[in-house]
Amino acid sequence: MTTFLPFTPTDVATAVQWALSEEAPLEILGHGSKRGIGRPQQCEHAIDLSALSGVTLYEPEELVLSAKAGTPIADIEHLLAQNGQQLAFEPMDCSRLLNHDTRGGKGGTIGGVLSGNLSGPRRIKAGAARDHVLGIAAVSGRGEVFKSGGRVVKNVTGYDLSKLMTGAWGTLGVLTDVTVKVLPAAETETTLAIRGLTDEDATAAMAVAMGSSAEVSGAAHLPYGVTERVASDLRGADPTTLLRVEGFGPSVAYRVAALKSLLRNAGQIDEVPDRNSQTLWRDIRDCAPFADGTARPVWRVSMAPSEAHKMVLALRMETGADAFYDWQGGLVWLRMEAEPEADILRRLIRRFGGGHATLMRATPAWRAAVPVFEPEGPALAALSARVKAEFDPKGILNPGRMAAAANSATLAEATEENAS
Amino acid sequence: MSGLSMPKPDSETMRRRDEIVADLAVIVPGEGVVDAVNEMRAFESDGLTAYRQLPLVVVLPETVEQVAKILKYCNERNIRVVPRGSGTSLSGGALPLEDAVLLVMSRFNRILEIDFPNRAVVAQPGVTNLGISVAVEQEGFYYAPDPSSQIACSIGGNVAENSGGVHCLKYGLTANNVLGIEMVLISGEVVRLGGRHLDSGGYDLLGVMTGSEGLLGVVTEVTVRILKKPETARALLIGFPTSEQGGQCVADIIGAGIIPGGMEMMDRPAIQAAEDFLHAGYPLDVEALLIVELDGPGVEVDHLIGLVEAIAHRNGSTTCRISTSEEERLAFWAGRKAAFPAVGRISPDYYCMDGTIPRKELPKVLAGMRRLSEKYGLAVANVFHAGDGNLHPLILYDANKPGELDKAESFGADILRLCVKVGGVLTGEHGVGVEKRDLMGEMFNQIDLDQQMRVKCAFDPNHLLNPGKVFPQLRRCAELGRMHISGGKLPFPSIPRF
Repeated sequence: MTTFLPFTPTDVATAVQWALSEEAPLEILGHGSKRGIGRPQQCEHAIDLSALSGVTLYEPEELVLSAKAGTPIADIEHLLAQNGQQLAFEPMDCSRLLNHDTRGGKGGTIGGVLSGNLSGPRRIKAGAARDHVLGIAAVSGRGEVFKSGGRVVKNVTGYDLSKLMTGAWGTLGVLTDVTVKVLPAAETETTLAIRGLTDEDATAAMAVAMGSSAEVSGAAHLPYGVTERVASDLRGADPTTLLRVEGFGPSVAYRVAALKSLLRNAGQIDEVPDRNSQTLWRDIRDCAPFADGTARPVWRVSMAPSEAHKMVLALRMETGADAFYDWQGGLVWLRMEAEPEADILRRLIRRFGGGHATLMRATPAWRAAVPVFEPEGPALAALSARVKAEFDPKGILNPGRMAAAANSATLAEATEENAS
Repeated sequence: MSGLSMPKPDSETMRRRDEIVADLAVIVPGEGVVDAVNEMRAFESDGLTAYRQLPLVVVLPETVEQVAKILKYCNERNIRVVPRGSGTSLSGGALPLEDAVLLVMSRFNRILEIDFPNRAVVAQPGVTNLGISVAVEQEGFYYAPDPSSQIACSIGGNVAENSGGVHCLKYGLTANNVLGIEMVLISGEVVRLGGRHLDSGGYDLLGVMTGSEGLLGVVTEVTVRILKKPETARALLIGFPTSEQGGQCVADIIGAGIIPGGMEMMDRPAIQAAEDFLHAGYPLDVEALLIVELDGPGVEVDHLIGLVEAIAHRNGSTTCRISTSEEERLAFWAGRKAAFPAVGRISPDYYCMDGTIPRKELPKVLAGMRRLSEKYGLAVANVFHAGDGNLHPLILYDANKPGELDKAESFGADILRLCVKVGGVLTGEHGVGVEKRDLMGEMFNQIDLDQQMRVKCAFDPNHLLNPGKVFPQLRRCAELGRMHISGGKLPFPSIPRF
């Protein structure tokens, strides 16, 4: 077992070139906070990017920040907060859910955040991590340093490989530098809490709110029993539907009033003020309700908002599952009672209009046994495998983490097919 | 660029033209195949009108099955294909090739579904950008990206070009507003990416497809996010004695945490041309004119107008008008929106450029442009999406004067080099196409370009889709796939391991 600790992109390239010559797969690590996501890997060696750290450019007035890939996300968020700015996609911290030890500041890196494309509640208004990536530099599985994008928001020069690298879980290249769009943080926020709605009524209420001009920046629903598991002043086990409004003070007050009027028939509406609202949404972002210290399977499902609760209802006819909803109802967090039940879940997702499910927490044995990421149809799976092969022809970067088929023999085949 | 070299026509394809036309007519019966020269004239160029080329044949399919059959047919016979939406590309993205089938998607012109609860519209790719907004406006919704060609340009073309508009800073580009697509690969396989849900379960191929300029696949269906219209919008029209002051005002607005719905700047020649054309009431004694539009609830807009006014004042504005009615707001915009035709009025021809720069570099870039203007002896007027740093210099020339088009193109290339030099990019929203193809080396080294071309190989290994665009030189996939692994003896003591 060799763990490389590169200090420069050239070091990363050298390590990858060595791995290529040895045909030795590499596990790509930041802080390892998301190591428990994906198929378990059998890598003899690893690259630890945590020494590739530091913000290299930050111009608040240009809304741009560049950092080395191993920079702690906490450092970046702290720096931005000092300037009244933020990463608007609200990156999720997986540590709590995955029982990851964050002592010693190991709470995740910017490279890891982008590699997982895990966006929080504000995704529905501000876009995903991939929408905020302006440019990247990376080392491909060919051992070559390449770059894509730039440092400006409006850029259509060449293919957007930055988006491709975002959400690729380190299977296409090793990120060394990233440039992201940053945005002003809201002056204040208020969350409205509607109590007692069924999943169906909550979905309807959230659709009304999101379809209004109130610019809601978070819309979540905590079914019966989940409310108590997030930090808030909300009492009791009754279901709670949450709508967050952020912005300048007078605007927030106005929009909160407008929403209350719009939803006056939905039930009792409480207001959760600024600081409590922040804590509450952090808990929703990080899936705190299911951060129970166990390894019981937890799924993250993305579907059309109007369909997700129907899928959950049908799922409960077949198996036991706890659920709560973010993203206007379109993001479902599911905690299964015992087994992941991947086939049942994915069949129902397809029945209710499609989407995708990622197994965010499970024992290594389960993650080896069921597809962690949504399986793709034959044509799309073949295309994805060809893309992987074009970046990593020998299958040495996080092999098998996303798709089981990605061993070097089938990839070599895909490459040959391409070349012929 | 006048010396633009395109891929050498394939003589075998040219020789078999009659047979290809007949075969395509079987796949798309009726009026779907156009092969008469006089009828193909309508398709010989796009929005980059300096370049014209008749295609081998034009085909206008109506169904996804027909698109799949056409592509499979062409792939099996090694025939090149150029996809085209409405043909409004400003970079020659839809410029035909002599030996290529021009695949025109304009008959895919239906909106398939409007889904208000999920705020999504499913449309065929030939639906116009504005057509989507019109279809949902009775419920108070709209589709946010608004390229200036929005009356004509198609949503499929928007995906191909990742089109922008004046509201990108706040509402994003096409890439940020598309939820899903259905596309056909050159193999004829039909693939769906995304849908009404958010994000991808696998690689973000939707992100790669958006802005791929018709080189990776043909889009046959698009699902977009629609938004509720803001309650109100008001604008400020602010004049500054120098572009530096205008630029600083922009930086200070953003520094104050304000993201305007639109923020546009014009320089003196553009202001003059617009005023002469429209008499919009623009001040003529300023070097920079800034339009700042704030949208949202009335109370928020009023609050922010006050802040912006104060910032403008602090930066030495000499005029600052605030719209008090919808008519006045539209009047502020009228001059800006008519800037291109206004410039067209004072010059026989103009050449529109499209670089993006870090905003703070604006004064430096404007000064550089003035020097280049003197060097080439051609005037330039500037309109600038100030919020996101996207610059549209309009170079004035006369195509009837020998050598002047060449001069305008060289001037344009120098401007783009300047943009890249200050940390910007070659194109913000118009695309690379044929226009900026040979400048790609200014931004990317060969390794960067090779990796992009390898993505192309994963989608289209024989380089049949839209060749001659984007990449200065398309390298064969077999060649790109080769690896040079340097032995197994690499101790590299410089890398700590433990």
